[in-house]
Amino acid sequence: MSSDKLTLKQRFDRWMIKHGRVLVIGIPYFWLFLFFLVPFLIVLKISFSMAEYAQPPYSALFAWIDEGVTITLNFGNYLFLLSDSLYATAYLNSIRIAAISTVITLLIGYPMAYGIARARGSMRSVLLMLVILPFWTSFLIRVYAWIGILDREGLINAFLLWTGIISEPLIMRQTEFAVYVGIVYTYLPFMILPLYSTLEKMDISLIEAALDLGCKPWQAFVKVTLPLSLPGILAGSLLVFIPAVGEFVIPELLGGPNTLMIGRTLWNEFFANRDWPIASAVAIAMLVFLVVPIMWFQHIQTKQEEGQQ
Amino acid sequence: MLVPEAVLDRAHEDVHKTQPWNNPDAVPYIRFENVTKKFGDFYAVDDVSLDIYRHELFALLGGSGCGKTTLLRMLAGFEEPTSGKIYIDGVDMDGVPAYERPTNMMFQSYALFPHMSVEQNVAFGLVQDGVSRSEIRELVAEMLGLVQMSKFAKRKPHQLSGGQRQRVALARSLIKRPKVLLLDEPLGALDKKLREQTQFELVNIQEKVGTTFVMVTHDQEEAMTMASRIAVMNEGVINQIGTPFELYEYPNSRYTANFLGQVNLIEGVLVDDDEKYAVIKSDEAGCEIYIDHAVQGHEGMTFWAAIRPERLRLTKEAPEDTKYNCVSGKVEEIGYLGGISTYHVRLASGKRIKVTEPNSTRQIEPRYTWEDSVWVSWEAGAASVLNQ
Amino acid sequence: MSGKRSTFLISALAFGFAFLYVPILLVIIYSFNEGKLVTVWSGFSTKWYVSLFNNDGMIDAAWNSLRIGVMSATLALALGTPAGLVMSRFGRFKGRTLFSGMIAAPLVMPEVITGLSLLLLFVTLEQIVGWPAGRGISTITIAHSTFCAAYVAVVVQSRLSGMDISVEEAAMDLGAKPGKIFFVITLPMILPALLAGWLLSFTLSLDDLVIASFVAGPGSTTLPMKVFSSVRLGVSPEINALATLIILAVSILIVIASIMILRSERMRNRTANASDI
Repeated sequence: MSSDKLTLKQRFDRWMIKHGRVLVIGIPYFWLFLFFLVPFLIVLKISFSMAEYAQPPYSALFAWIDEGVTITLNFGNYLFLLSDSLYATAYLNSIRIAAISTVITLLIGYPMAYGIARARGSMRSVLLMLVILPFWTSFLIRVYAWIGILDREGLINAFLLWTGIISEPLIMRQTEFAVYVGIVYTYLPFMILPLYSTLEKMDISLIEAALDLGCKPWQAFVKVTLPLSLPGILAGSLLVFIPAVGEFVIPELLGGPNTLMIGRTLWNEFFANRDWPIASAVAIAMLVFLVVPIMWFQHIQTKQEEGQQ
Repeated sequence: MLVPEAVLDRAHEDVHKTQPWNNPDAVPYIRFENVTKKFGDFYAVDDVSLDIYRHELFALLGGSGCGKTTLLRMLAGFEEPTSGKIYIDGVDMDGVPAYERPTNMMFQSYALFPHMSVEQNVAFGLVQDGVSRSEIRELVAEMLGLVQMSKFAKRKPHQLSGGQRQRVALARSLIKRPKVLLLDEPLGALDKKLREQTQFELVNIQEKVGTTFVMVTHDQEEAMTMASRIAVMNEGVINQIGTPFELYEYPNSRYTANFLGQVNLIEGVLVDDDEKYAVIKSDEAGCEIYIDHAVQGHEGMTFWAAIRPERLRLTKEAPEDTKYNCVSGKVEEIGYLGGISTYHVRLASGKRIKVTEPNSTRQIEPRYTWEDSVWVSWEAGAASVLNQ
Repeated sequence: MSGKRSTFLISALAFGFAFLYVPILLVIIYSFNEGKLVTVWSGFSTKWYVSLFNNDGMIDAAWNSLRIGVMSATLALALGTPAGLVMSRFGRFKGRTLFSGMIAAPLVMPEVITGLSLLLLFVTLEQIVGWPAGRGISTITIAHSTFCAAYVAVVVQSRLSGMDISVEEAAMDLGAKPGKIFFVITLPMILPALLAGWLLSFTLSLDDLVIASFVAGPGSTTLPMKVFSSVRLGVSPEINALATLIILAVSILIVIASIMILRSERMRNRTANASDI
């Protein structure tokens, strides 16, 4: 069918198919570009400007001087981050707390995911549902629930005092311990789900083969199950670790005034001190820390997606 | 030319109608012209030229990854050739999208729309063409009758068995009366018994509707039962095209000979080539092979004699004339299959020869047992001579 | 499987689920407590529910949140569905890596960063083009639909990847054009995923505190913002009552949705298995 014999409608259809593709890609692309990527560039820009008492409260980066554009890069914010040990402490604290929480979440989540993956058909979907359900209920309320439990006048203390094990209430809320509990509690489903999906896909006869060839159950686990579930462990750990580093609500509600975490620092710079440039610099520094794990996470996602296709 | 003249001679006038490929004046219905398809650096289809004629049931046969499915998908319009041209009924298909091509496809997975009833599935193609409602109803009823699925018109695909879904898929792809029906492993999802039964049904339906069928399969038995002609494919190229008879009796390469049925390949060199006969001396088998037609080649060239196991004769005594086409060895393996028995005979040179014999009479005990010394012999016309 | 091992697994599951559910149960139980103290049970009462419904600030905030949730989820669906389609069906194109990055990154991006960056974008846009004039429900909706779209895209993409592509090819082969194929074949088949994606977006939006706090303006206080300001001061029985209501609503919604999804899933599996018959 040579092109001059095409009807007008056919031509229109082919044009639509050729350009419709661009349209389907273009709309979400443009949206994500404008509302996800561009904002980071703006944060970067503002992190180089100075705080001012103005609306908005920062100095302009570009200025017209003598009919030319001058760019005043101000590294002061970053120097300030370096000079004040508060920020370094907050960063290190965040990474430490996030890492420890991730390990605890893995230790609790792995046996659960394994148990669910090995459960029988209908039981499996019920258990899976039970893991997902809390994830759908309000995050804030789940954190809030722990206030009532860990508080000085909370349920654990009341119970322990009643049994007579302790005579003085334990200080649990407003400690780092409470932050661990909060993070593990809220992020547990994020660990279990990717673990479950790799464990569920795993052929059980692989373990049987290992047992058949003389492995003890724990050896079969260490030599077969564990290496095969590594992608799930990685995905789950990153899903917990990355957001936990920037967590604000949990340290704010459960942690003490000394539990410095970077998300909280950013929040305070922004809302309490109204220092937008410093808040931006804090955000950029946090991103620099997180870029590697985020890229890693994306890499795993892409690999998984290619595996499915 | 390794095929004897007598076979080629059969291509005379009165077979032109039933065998258009033997008629130099026949116009091909589907034409692949030097078609190549590359995926990255990988040649899925490499410079394939192929003519298919009207009313044929043409099979593309080969192992997985040989390019047969890619060839079919290019015909359907799901893949564009990297280079080369495809014509259907004289029309260049370049740039014609799948939904405008005069082809319809029956998918390996059947690809029935799970959210539509049998009726709606079958009607789908007509709805796209804006056919009137009453006409659709009529055509769908007729088509469901043809595939004997009228009773199940209101069912959803998940309420059907595999065989029933296969019929629905067939009805759906035939209803638009395509110029060409493409079938991707049409019987691959059915079990063995159902498959054999359905093979003939498909052929009958094809004869009834007269549509040209192009089928992809990896199953040589299926291809041989159903197809008018078969193209044997390997690594993106077509090794041989021919009727099932031609391919089995006159393979042109060791690949085709091996792919269709079983074969003993005996390597040797040409020692005598006359107008009427040829002799190949095989060190591998330890014998001389007499061929009853000329072989085009010079003396000293390497050839392979391909002999089907059922064309070999097994005897305990030496045949009268042991000069040609005759070797001796020991029975090494026996496979008793009821109707036939297969024997593996180990020759003095170490080569193994496979022989099958029909068990046409009832025996008190097996004719041969392990370690029996036997002679294997064959007729002068039994071997095909291959040079590749 | 050895008995010892399954005992271990069962106790791990029991411990894990207790850990997940006991705090929620306690919140529910104490929402019916007469007294104000969490520790002391002073009798059954529904008075906190009454006082919750008389709390106008709370009701207004809930109304704001619901509106934002519905709008964001719908917008996220409209943006995320084509994004998921592009990721699983469009093959390679220029900028695909960036595109898949912009879909994966919001899933793990710390909320404080997303919130701050979007606020700065809105402020900058207002300076340059005068829009959005001030911040409020519309800016929160944009912010929420952006990160929810990423979730929808992932859900849709994984559903499409598991779907036999030849069903769509069959439709094209029978004469349907790509646009029509999407609406007549693809959309009905991924409907459960779309429903799940919408619900997920709706809950994420309803749940978000941090991003909303950054991009909210006067008069657009959402429920989490309201809850947060009152929770900061400690436990309040009114919040317990609110939590109970939210948990109840979510549970009902999820159970209904799961049953619907399970049913269609089962249908799909039966389709896949029927070839064995």
